[in-house]
Formats: sequence, structure tokens, C-alpha cells
Amino acid sequence: MKFGILVNEGPYQHQASDSAYQFAQAALTAGHEIYRVFFYHDGVNNGTRLTVPPQDDRNVVDRWSELAEKHDLDLVLCVAAAQRRGLLDADEAQRHGKDADNIAPGFRISGLGQLIEAAIQSDRLVTFGD
Amino acid sequence: MSEEGIVKKLMYVNRKAPYGTIYALESLEVVLIGAAFDQQVSLAFVDDGVYQLTRSQNTDGIGMKNFSPTYAALGDYDVRHIYVERESLEARGLTVEDLMPLTYEDEDDDWAEKESLRVVDSSELATLMGEQDVVLSF
Repeated sequence: MKFGILVNEGPYQHQASDSAYQFAQAALTAGHEIYRVFFYHDGVNNGTRLTVPPQDDRNVVDRWSELAEKHDLDLVLCVAAAQRRGLLDADEAQRHGKDADNIAPGFRISGLGQLIEAAIQSDRLVTFGD
Repeated sequence: MSEEGIVKKLMYVNRKAPYGTIYALESLEVVLIGAAFDQQVSLAFVDDGVYQLTRSQNTDGIGMKNFSPTYAALGDYDVRHIYVERESLEARGLTVEDLMPLTYEDEDDDWAEKESLRVVDSSELATLMGEQDVVLSF
């Protein structure tokens, strides 16, 4: 089966991202396909490479990056939600005159159309939120 | 901009009050962008989400943008089915009179203005949800 995944909450504060990650991993292990993981609302905070969690805790962001690299996952941060919350890739930072960018490896920034497209193209869209 | 002719039944479920959190505003942004994909779209308002549709919202006191006029424009985005759960209204002491009038123009009926908003009870809403290909919950 082809899954689309929507993550609506940021890391650590809510379990949504953990559950989405575990779901994605289980789905891939079982031989399913992940069409796209779309991060919306505070979910875009899962894509900052500047998080520094305690060493004895899981690293939610790195985990997504590693899963993306291993399985060639498409991890998309909503551009409007990301800009509101200070998540910028190099192009966006330059366009808006900001002095830094902070997108973690494996993530890309794009529009909400990518969410609708994932809903249309996937057999199931699974939402992880509050 | 349909996706290779695929047309799905897509329901946006709005569960949160309009202010206090950003879910309502950002959900509306998805609906507006999603309109370009020519899908069979409906919206449902349940729990505190019913407050999103109340009339005469005034946000002066909280310094936030009042985005409620956008709901009245949904008809122009081909959103013709807006369901409000009866139980959620009643639990909050609201009636349909407290909500904004929401309409669309029917091009198959000489552009007659028709009601988009319908109050349904939870069992009917459950049936409607069961008929969807995609349920996006905010």
C-alpha cells in the first residue's frame, strides 16, 4: 500500500512525530511505500537541524533525516508554516534577508499543494496530530 | 490542476476554536490551496470548531487578524458542502442563527445562490466521514 503521512505537531512537546516515525518505519519494514511525509503547523519544527536534545534521549530530527536517506523518503515542510516559525532553507533565507538557514538533511520546503497531491496519490493519508 | 483525472472525496474536519491556536487559520489555508485540485471537497465543523463559523467575530482585543470573512468566500472556491455537527452546537448553546450565512452559486441552476451550510447530527456526520477517501483533521 502507498501511504501519505501528515505530521501536525513539533518534536518532543507532542508524541505525534514519534508515532509518525514509528508508523513510517513499520510500514516500510512491512514492504509498503511512503509517498511523502508532509509537515504542517508546528510539525515543521521537526525539520530544524539546530535541535540539540540530551544525549540519553532520541534525536527526533536526525531520526527523520536518517530514515529519509535510507529509504529515499520525501520529507516536505510547508513553506508558509515554516516561514512563520523561522524554518528557512538557504534560498528562503537569502530571499528574506535572513542571516542563517536551518533545514535538516533530507527535508525540503514546498507548498501546501504537496499535501493535497499526497492525499490524492496515496492509498491512505494518515494524520499524526493533537 | 487535477491529478491525472483522479477525483477523490476529501473532507476537512475542523475541531478547534478559531483563535487560541493556529489550527483553524492554517486549515483554511489548506482548503484554499486544495481548491485548485478540483476534488470533491467538504468541510465539517465539530467540537470547538463550530466557533470558527460564528457571526460578528471581532479580534480587536487580541491583536490578531480576523480571518472569518474568508469562510464566506469558500463558495467561490467551489466548496459547497459545509457540515456543522448539531451536538457540538447544542453543547455550546449555539444555534444555526449564530453562524455566518454560507452560500455558493450553482452554475447548473442559472447561478442561483444556495446554502452550503447544513447542520447534521453526529451519526449522519459519521456516515459522511465513512464515505470519504481522505479525511484531513485539524
